[in-house]
Amino acid sequence: MSLETELIDRVKQAASRRAPLCIVGGGSKAFYGRACTSDRLEVSGHRGIVAYEPTELVISARAGTPLAEIEAALAANNQMLPFEPPHFSEHATFGGMVAAGLSGPRRPWGGSVRDAVLGVKLLNGRGDVLRLGGQVMKNVAGYDVSRLMVGALGTLGVLLEVSVKVLPRPACERTLVFDPGVDKPLSGMPVSASLQVDGRRYLRLSASSRCIEMAADQLGGEPADAAIWTAAREQTLPFFRTALPLWRISLPAAAPALNLPGSELIEWAGAQRWLAGELPAQAIRQRVAVLGGHATLFRGHAGAAAVFHPLPPAMLALHQRVKQALDPHGIFNPGRLYPEL
Amino acid sequence: MNPAFLSALRTSLPANALLIEPEALRPYECDGLSAYRQVPLAVCLPETLEQAQAVLRVCRQYNVPVVARGAGTGLSGGALPLANGVILSLARFNRILEIDAENRLARVQPGVRNLAISEAVAHLGLYYAPDPSSQIACSIGGNVAENSGGVHCLKYGLTVHNLLALKVLTIDGELLDIGLQALDSPGYDLLALMTGSEGLLGIVVEVTVKLLVKPERAQVVLAAFDSVETAGAAVARIIGAGILPAGLEMMDNLSIRAAEDFVHAGYPVDATAILLCELDGLNAEVSEQILALRAVLLDAGATEVRTAEDEAQRLKFWAGRKGAFPAVGRISPDYYCMDGTIPRQHLARVLGRIGELSAQYGLRVANVFHAGDGNLHPLILFDANQPDELHRAEAFGTDILKLCVEVGGTVTGEHGIGVEKLDAACSQFTPEELSQFHAIKAAFDPAGLLNPGKAVPTLHRCAEMGRMHVHGGALPFPELPRF
Repeated sequence: MSLETELIDRVKQAASRRAPLCIVGGGSKAFYGRACTSDRLEVSGHRGIVAYEPTELVISARAGTPLAEIEAALAANNQMLPFEPPHFSEHATFGGMVAAGLSGPRRPWGGSVRDAVLGVKLLNGRGDVLRLGGQVMKNVAGYDVSRLMVGALGTLGVLLEVSVKVLPRPACERTLVFDPGVDKPLSGMPVSASLQVDGRRYLRLSASSRCIEMAADQLGGEPADAAIWTAAREQTLPFFRTALPLWRISLPAAAPALNLPGSELIEWAGAQRWLAGELPAQAIRQRVAVLGGHATLFRGHAGAAAVFHPLPPAMLALHQRVKQALDPHGIFNPGRLYPEL
Repeated sequence: MNPAFLSALRTSLPANALLIEPEALRPYECDGLSAYRQVPLAVCLPETLEQAQAVLRVCRQYNVPVVARGAGTGLSGGALPLANGVILSLARFNRILEIDAENRLARVQPGVRNLAISEAVAHLGLYYAPDPSSQIACSIGGNVAENSGGVHCLKYGLTVHNLLALKVLTIDGELLDIGLQALDSPGYDLLALMTGSEGLLGIVVEVTVKLLVKPERAQVVLAAFDSVETAGAAVARIIGAGILPAGLEMMDNLSIRAAEDFVHAGYPVDATAILLCELDGLNAEVSEQILALRAVLLDAGATEVRTAEDEAQRLKFWAGRKGAFPAVGRISPDYYCMDGTIPRQHLARVLGRIGELSAQYGLRVANVFHAGDGNLHPLILFDANQPDELHRAEAFGTDILKLCVEVGGTVTGEHGIGVEKLDAACSQFTPEELSQFHAIKAAFDPAGLLNPGKAVPTLHRCAEMGRMHVHGGALPFPELPRF
């Protein structure tokens, strides 16, 4: 029996017994979201690249495929995942990347995981296998259920296969570091990553070598090691070595300073701010909501906490109905995203 | 009409915002797909959120279907009225509410025209990227409903990639905030689900769009080829070389000649096919890429490669492409416009097959399309007055859309399912997939009152392919460029 058939059987059984399942890929992001305590449904064995034609700018792979394998295949053709996803372990899978929906340093310039997803093969809560979306950039047939899977943390179905858009690697990249106080305008600069931590400001430029020379001349700064971006993405920088709760705060890029007690690391030209601090969740969320954003308790919680920003009642009710439409028996990752889902 | 329902509508709206006289309803009987016509019960033109909410609540109470309408330029009949339903026109929701240059966003009402957004922010060096060909007339609310594309999708994405937030009314008149001005929002990505839902899930009453910085430079290269297969293969070569064009369009000889006669764009009329490739970005980078692009094109077998000498010539090159549909309309009494998408790797093969089918059916076909993203718009030329030609054109179109699905593509790249491609959608989706779509619809609209019968076919409906029937060479809104 193929692994896919086995997964379908497991889901059908679970549905008939109303017995919840925790979907597990590589376990690299098990810390993310609320705890799931039901029986495990292992999907990491369902692996392998299904289709990759570089001139198509699309890669399709089974959800259990190691993310590292995907990135290696792309790199061999001078291409990349434009959203630079974090791995958080060598076991990270392609499906987990989609379910978590986390993007890395290039996100404001290269788009997000959700922007790149083109289609999925999905196992819903009835045990039906659905092919939604496709392998093409332009496709408006049917509701966009593929992108709905991104960031849903497996609460709507089991991803079997995913197709995402990929991009050519930039011809050239350079990392620069600036001293505190230096704040040159970036408009018209080929920026592809930004980071502010410990009073220093880092920028990555991506373009042709001639453009990078011109931009670097204008910006000044000192050359720095590009490894800083991997360290920021994988949260191995000293900033992240903290025992304090770690908050991911998503804001309009130009929103004013948080002015909350704790230490901060700022990415995405201001649109993603990490806060390590002990302020009560409500105080943080109140401040962040005023600034037009939302706050996620990323690390340092006990699994039962309100990890994600609470939804207004009407939105929560709609979320429950959407969950019901895809997973009518409530078997997938119950409570992982919100207690009510 | 139920007098109690009419009276309830009258209480909800000012007198000038409710149309019920047959002559007043007539202009609303179709959208851009004029082959389908139906006069609605009434047309509501609310000016405020409260009025729109009141209309929805009344419709919900009396179980009357609601069809939302923006500018009515859609090409698949998404805004086609229902005989027992009302049209909810968002035309009077036409204000730009906020422009935030620092955060590069604009908050607008759904009736604002696509191009009006870019015009309103041009002085800041910003623009709104998606550019459907009807952009001078189509509304941003309609763009959200259809997930509209344009010629720059390969690099800049569709509507779904250029939105931050929506305000949506449910059929119960409840106001939902979906998305934030931040780059992401908590919970499910309902913003993606709403985009392209063709008015079946909710009524969009406010849209927050992303704005982009205008590229320092845009330049167009025109390449001529002596076969469509070579031109198709050249597209893959460009992408393979790591060049990401802002636009990459292809026309075959029939369309080249028609466009040249119509617009005098300066196209090489002896070429079997041309590619128009736009590069944009930083000046120095565009210069380098043009050199690389020229080399790739010549190596891929281009017989001639021309770079637009100035902005006027660049616009002229584009004018020919944008005028290609009406141009083809001048050389044939009737034509069908198809809207399939295929994986680019099959471009040469699919074009070759379309050529064979053309010979087999004895009908000419003009190929005009977004080659960069594989979105084909083959125009099948026929004369409805000739016995059997209509039937042959339909069968030809069916074969083309089948071919698109067979090679892993889709029956609609950007025009939507609407009413027009319901049969084609049957052939693309399994009963389980269609059931899933219906369940999602019910999660938003349990009574099934929002644009019922569109976009997702019922399981009973049989499968046949879709088409856009254009009679007498006249597209609806002939003044709009179509591409």
